[in-house]
Amino acid sequence: MIATLQPGLLTTVQDEGRWGYQAYGMPVAGAMDRYAYRVANLLVGNKPGAAGLEMTLRGGTFRFEAEALVAICGADMGAELNGQPVAAWSSFQAPPGSVLSFGFAAAGCRTYIAVRGGIDVPLVLGSRSTYIRGGVGGLNGRALKAGDVLPVGGETAAPARPQRLDPRFIPQYGGAANGAIELRVLLGPQDDCFTAQGLATLFGSTYTISPDADRMGYRLDGPVIEHSGKPDIVSDALCQGAIQVPGHGMPIIMMADRQTTGGYTKIGTVIGPDLTKLAQAKPGDNVVFKKCSDEEAVEALRRERQIYAEIAQSLNPAAAKEYPEYSPAAPPLAARLEIARRVFTVKVNGEIFHVEIEEER
Amino acid sequence: MDGVRILPAGEQGLVVEFGSAIDPAINSRVHLLSKTLTQKNLAGILEVVPTYRSLLIYFDPLVISRRALSDEVLRLAAGLSADAPGKTKARLISIPVCYGGEFGPDLKFVAQYNHLSEEEVIQIHSSVPYLVYMLGFTPGFPYLGGMSERIATPRLEKPRTKIPAGSVGIAGSQTGFYPIESPGGWRLIGRTPVKAFDPASPQPFLFAAGDYLQFTPITLAEYESISRDVAAGKYMPQIRDFNFNAGGEVKQ
Repeated sequence: MIATLQPGLLTTVQDEGRWGYQAYGMPVAGAMDRYAYRVANLLVGNKPGAAGLEMTLRGGTFRFEAEALVAICGADMGAELNGQPVAAWSSFQAPPGSVLSFGFAAAGCRTYIAVRGGIDVPLVLGSRSTYIRGGVGGLNGRALKAGDVLPVGGETAAPARPQRLDPRFIPQYGGAANGAIELRVLLGPQDDCFTAQGLATLFGSTYTISPDADRMGYRLDGPVIEHSGKPDIVSDALCQGAIQVPGHGMPIIMMADRQTTGGYTKIGTVIGPDLTKLAQAKPGDNVVFKKCSDEEAVEALRRERQIYAEIAQSLNPAAAKEYPEYSPAAPPLAARLEIARRVFTVKVNGEIFHVEIEEER
Repeated sequence: MDGVRILPAGEQGLVVEFGSAIDPAINSRVHLLSKTLTQKNLAGILEVVPTYRSLLIYFDPLVISRRALSDEVLRLAAGLSADAPGKTKARLISIPVCYGGEFGPDLKFVAQYNHLSEEEVIQIHSSVPYLVYMLGFTPGFPYLGGMSERIATPRLEKPRTKIPAGSVGIAGSQTGFYPIESPGGWRLIGRTPVKAFDPASPQPFLFAAGDYLQFTPITLAEYESISRDVAAGKYMPQIRDFNFNAGGEVKQ
């Protein structure tokens, strides 16, 4: 059990996200920075997909009622265990009754806490992620409050011991002081709704993250991106990283809690491996966009997955085989699609219902 | 195949676009492809999201390449066009609605605006099945098509900050209902006791895109009785099969 003494600014339970239900209007949610979240799980030997805590800008204070192996990854919020500093991107043993506290994020925006075994809130549609707007998942569908008690589960995959992550795997967060954050963009699906000038503006300008940046999306300020025609389309699906440009010409990048569909033109998509950098950016930070090819984007994804394998290897060579691949829920998701179909056939209070569905699907 | 566009949506997204209009025939091809892909369960396909006129496929490019997936999708889409029209069965789900009163504070306005009686509005609203083109906005929120222009009414100028779950409304020539409490500017004409989204249920979503909904007027007493059944997990929605042709005309 973990007791919440202070929740921090916005602390939620998150995992890989609630994939498989976007066709029903259910947003995916999940960790904003998948890299920091996944590395934290690797540090404590958790199964991929074990739930952790995501803290935003200012962290909370927690008391471990039982001994626990804990990892902290992401923004450096000056963590202290019983008043003694603990390094970010490390795992450590928290004795019973110990208090882990955090301050403001010095660089970066979000910090992940992984506890060996994972946070054991109920699975809702296959995920423990909190989707606050819908009141779904996590702890009662909301952000943590003082007094909340979090059970620890048994989602472990490999033995683990306290250790620090090899510095070569620790990202340097950008931001106002460190220059603009570069985000690689794959054009489409509606890049044909913009003029050549509009595309040149996107790739030739610096944009600033506005105060209106949250788990749903990041609104940016900067030069107006010119449409060739109307800025509105018949609503279609929104993928993670989609860059919507409404009539005002300012880009909005869709993040974890994005609605599943939208009616604005999407000039391009920030590639998955770079969204992790954006998730660590704060309002006031600058970003620039760089056009990339599909080959380059797929290569970046391949490289990201290689790094997880290298980290698993560096932490515990004997257990690295427990982490075959961090594909984005490839086997689990196929399984979830299966569940999505099966749900209809195991309906408890609607026999007619499931007979028809079996025919349909 | 004519008119099908394959577009990128990030390194893990592929969009199959059948057109640019809100049209039942286009939408039916979207749903057919969505079902075909779900049935085939191709390695590397993670999720499919059908919308009005296109389908977003999430895939793992390290399992299936964009080129291979595009080829497969175009092949499947070409197969659809051959047998789609007229042969498709859909589900028709009855949604009981208690119209007017405190549940439908705008029913009177909708009637006055269209020079109809409240009874006529209810009759028109509940007389035809509506196609669920897609779900979005909030979990389980249906984008419905097919409402009569005779009861079309503009949105509220100032949206309400809190609309109770189950509220049935009209916005322009659209109709629908709110599965969860949310803000909104629709004219509210009634409320259903049925839950379109219940995360605790083994059947969390009452309907899917491609289904049809028909609203059925009920009394306040029936509303309360159904509410109790819903709360007890005993409510069974009325669902029947019916045929429609790809032009969107309904044959029951």
